[in-house]
Amino acid sequence: MAIGEISGLKMGQATRDAFGEALRDLGDQFPEVVTVDGDVGNSTRTEWFAQKFPNRSFNVGIAESNMVSVAGGLAAQGKTAVVASFACFLLNNAFDQIRMSVAFPNLNVKLVGSHAGISIGEDGPSQMGIEDVALASCLPGVTVCVPTDAVSTQAATKAMLEHNGPVYLRLGRPKAPVVYPDGCDFQFGKSIQLTDGDDITIIANGLMVGMALDAAKSLKDSGIAARVIDMHTVKPIDEEAIIKAATETGRIVVAEEHLAAGGLGSAVSMVTARTRPVPMSFVNVGDQYAESGDPDGLLEKYGLTAGNIVEAARSIL
Amino acid sequence: MGVTATQLSLDDLKSKALDIRKEIIRMTTEAGSGHPSSSLSATEVVTALYFGGFLRVDPDNPTDPARDRFIMSKGHAVPVLYAAMAERGYFPVEDTMTLRKLGSKFEGHPNMKRMPGIEASTGSLGQGLSIGLGVALGCKMDNLDSQVYVMIGDGEMGEGQVWEAMAAAQKYGTGNLTAIIDQNGYQQTGATKDVLDQKPFASKVEAFGWHVQTIPGNDMEAVVKALETAKTVTDRPTCIVSETQKGFGILPLLEEAGDTNFHGKPLPPEMAEKALAMLS
Repeated sequence: MAIGEISGLKMGQATRDAFGEALRDLGDQFPEVVTVDGDVGNSTRTEWFAQKFPNRSFNVGIAESNMVSVAGGLAAQGKTAVVASFACFLLNNAFDQIRMSVAFPNLNVKLVGSHAGISIGEDGPSQMGIEDVALASCLPGVTVCVPTDAVSTQAATKAMLEHNGPVYLRLGRPKAPVVYPDGCDFQFGKSIQLTDGDDITIIANGLMVGMALDAAKSLKDSGIAARVIDMHTVKPIDEEAIIKAATETGRIVVAEEHLAAGGLGSAVSMVTARTRPVPMSFVNVGDQYAESGDPDGLLEKYGLTAGNIVEAARSIL
Repeated sequence: MGVTATQLSLDDLKSKALDIRKEIIRMTTEAGSGHPSSSLSATEVVTALYFGGFLRVDPDNPTDPARDRFIMSKGHAVPVLYAAMAERGYFPVEDTMTLRKLGSKFEGHPNMKRMPGIEASTGSLGQGLSIGLGVALGCKMDNLDSQVYVMIGDGEMGEGQVWEAMAAAQKYGTGNLTAIIDQNGYQQTGATKDVLDQKPFASKVEAFGWHVQTIPGNDMEAVVKALETAKTVTDRPTCIVSETQKGFGILPLLEEAGDTNFHGKPLPPEMAEKALAMLS
């Protein structure tokens, strides 16, 4: 079953496509923006910006370490440096460069990781960024954002360019269901509540928001009112919304397309553990690498479906 | 005042290098830690940059966009940079005596967030040239004629990222970028020829499309001449392979101590006194 089918969502653009369009379209409004690529601009879609602004784009070849530090240098020179690659190559390959050339000096570099999650499919686990949110989140001063659909990705892209400081924006490869057909009120650190409900809260981001809406619809059919929250910003996390949800619904499921450790589940748990401990359950990739295969089959096999969220909810109801 | 270069005579430059050497020893001995020998090998180059008519900077306005930039990629050699900056008027020389102490902006490795005039936060080796390349590209975009100088250690050349940066700098023809390899022949655990011999640097860097000069890097006249030549090359990046001696200036003392590498060790107070006398 396609994501969003139960809740009646339409399929829209992939978040990487929405990012590519937004960056290109915002280029005139933000003249300080430059891109630095590691020869995957046609995958990350920064190519679209590069075609429009060839003098503001650098392809430094297959060299992620150099790519990130060059972006740091451009930012030190006052540019808003957007550096894009596959999430896994960016965060895993160039982690020390992100730490030393970007986060530690707190430079205005926007790290964009496409092809995140197991839903990239057939290319297999070497290409799947599933540690990226953990790695980005642990770095002081780095804002971490996982938008869910085209509209919120466009908004996140603009917010990212307006924000002064390092940002990690996580994008997916496959088409994503339209969660915000009529636009959204997007701010870093401010989650968006998508459904009302006082029985349980489902906190999700990225592709899992559509799954969460499907799960909520299924739960509703059996008389359980689930509050769905799109927690697009993992850092800084929206503590207020989490505490409110914990207080009002007493139970929380966290769903994300990431390893169990260090992602959204960890971030939400840190808030509830400190402020209002409640029963929680988690839907994620667990503690394992996935395999090659078709995206839907992978999501099914590794437990990232609406059904898995329903199951996780029932386990704590 | 605006950005200007300070240009001393050759004799005054040599004398300035002596002062800077003494400050390196004083501040590291006072700190009880640090890398004096790694700083001493680089002293002529750093002194020439700050006082030989090269770095156009304004200590009163350290972020003036028109300034030239110096990035110390071998961040552990920051004492020579602090000493040169102090001499140039960024802060009183005595402030450097707080090196490595809690609360001091004179950190063990350069931190651009805490000290204006430091152009890059370094200390994780291999990143300085890439950052310098980014700065050089940014300066070109902004039509600034700023020169960007990056000092790299010869041991640091083991980091593959340096070669990535060299390839990219060649592609973008960054004539405003100059790399200086401080080839002092030693790295942390021993001689670079034993740890990972990457020489000859000159032919390798040349093969990456750079303009290359090899000089005796503790000879002030040669250093000034090489920096002048580098400035005249504007169509491609330039590299100066600076053949130096680690601990230059106090080598007899290091030999006496039985450790000519002396990596990451401050001189004990008695030895420091002897060193200061030797440099006077």
